[in-house]
Amino acid sequence: MSANLSATFYLISGILFILALRGLSSPETSRQGNYFGIAGMAIAIVVTFLSVGNFGSGFIYVLIFLVIGGSIGSFIAFKIPMTAMPELVAGFHSLVGLAAVFVAISAFLNPEAFNLGSIGNIKLASLIEMSLGAAIGAITFSGSIIAFLKLRGIMSGAPITFKGQHFINLFIGLTIIFLIYYLCRTQSSNIFWTIVAISFLVGVLLIIPIGGADMPVVISMLNSYSGWAAAGIGFTLENSALIITGALVGSSGAILSYIMCKGMNRSFFNVILGGWGATDQTSPAQSKEQKPTKSGNADDAAFLMKNASSVIIVPGYGMAVAQAQHALREMVDALKKNGVKVSYAIHPVAGRMPGHMNVLLAEANVPYDEVFELEEINNDFANCDVAYVIGANDVTNPVAKSDPQSPIYGMPVLDVEKSKSVLFVKRSLSPGYAGIDNDLFYRDNTLMLFADAKKMTEEIVKSL
Amino acid sequence: MEIDPFIFRFSIFILSIFVGYYVVWSVTPSLHTPLMSVTNAISSVIIVGAIIAALASNSDKIFETSSLFGFLAIILAAVNIFGGFLVTQRMLQMYKKKKK
Repeated sequence: MSANLSATFYLISGILFILALRGLSSPETSRQGNYFGIAGMAIAIVVTFLSVGNFGSGFIYVLIFLVIGGSIGSFIAFKIPMTAMPELVAGFHSLVGLAAVFVAISAFLNPEAFNLGSIGNIKLASLIEMSLGAAIGAITFSGSIIAFLKLRGIMSGAPITFKGQHFINLFIGLTIIFLIYYLCRTQSSNIFWTIVAISFLVGVLLIIPIGGADMPVVISMLNSYSGWAAAGIGFTLENSALIITGALVGSSGAILSYIMCKGMNRSFFNVILGGWGATDQTSPAQSKEQKPTKSGNADDAAFLMKNASSVIIVPGYGMAVAQAQHALREMVDALKKNGVKVSYAIHPVAGRMPGHMNVLLAEANVPYDEVFELEEINNDFANCDVAYVIGANDVTNPVAKSDPQSPIYGMPVLDVEKSKSVLFVKRSLSPGYAGIDNDLFYRDNTLMLFADAKKMTEEIVKSL
Repeated sequence: MEIDPFIFRFSIFILSIFVGYYVVWSVTPSLHTPLMSVTNAISSVIIVGAIIAALASNSDKIFETSSLFGFLAIILAAVNIFGGFLVTQRMLQMYKKKKK
């Protein structure tokens, strides 16, 4: 296949990828979008086979490896529980990163195959592109591995910080740039390997200081990195499908990071440079424990909600941990039978990754048109009879609006306290991830339901 | 003076960033998780490079160092392609309108 023809087909698959993302603008068109994406990928792979034109025994091996990888991927995709999506995505990012590193390495070892010159005499631009691709890929790989370990709970979610950390990161970052410059001068393979090795280290150093609660930002950021790595390789291979995809994925991840940071009212650098709670240990006072709270049982909750005309459910990550989403849906069904209007309010950073809560509710068969984002529903709390907070905490804390001293001041929160009564399902009065007390616990209109989220919801279903 | 082909690729890159910017802002927040899994799947189009690397051995040996890295990258990318698209599909199946 001629180079011009295959370039045209790569452009087509790039366009199909754009349409794949475009499809996600509404749930109705999203499935069609996914098919566009699959078609784009199929075109890219077939065109590559045709343009290489080598259908010898190597081709058979390529197919075998494709099938092996494909089976592993399909197996994971069908088995993975929806609560584990953040880990899965982090794991997948690490694979993209490592694949980028491998492609860059083989391009460096065999530049003739990619039309990049010969060993020891690789084109300058290609050398820069492939070393950048390899470096970003390596950072993506090791960073995603750390994120994966933190999300899985294999590694503590607490931020790991040490003195001079940022200085060391900056120093290593500058070293990489210097080494790339040096590589271009000498074409030495030792320097290339050093760049790859150091970049793996940077990925680790970059993610360990970030706390568990900031994982939504980290995942989005690594998503972005994997895109830039792909784009770097795309420049090396002079392949427009890869360049387009890399740019799309890179900007998508960047936008998601921005949305997540805004959801927490923190700047991107603030998140990157260190964990929450690591620096704010001075303010939280333990003396507040004495304040009175009202607590109730499932029957009280059922009575309140049955007699309400509208109920808003505020789910958080605690709901996912307790696997309470199915029980929750049953409760909502029972309420609807009683003529209660029910909707769900989702905070942008609820869950461990962007949109995580929506997927969990969708899995529990909650119709997506009953689920609302913060801006859409926040005014409705004032007219609502009962707010049922399940597994959420910091995102409902009114302190974010009233106390400029609070670490979460300015963070957009759900105005739960404006509803006539608040039911707060929680195991204890312990503070949330931000390490601060929730003022909501002590309000007159709050009824605390001390129990496991799933058990409590099931009991409410029984008494309804 | 002739324009370096790099500039053309760079133009594609910059324009695609803009396209990506506008397209991603139009994605509804409730589909942000599928957005991440699908972007993950499409970024595995890097398999194109892996295939070229794997099939490029200029000797009779199929597995030399450079092509070996290509083959490894094929496995990694294939896990991602199949895993990414299928898990996205699985999620999107749940976002069907339910009869009330």
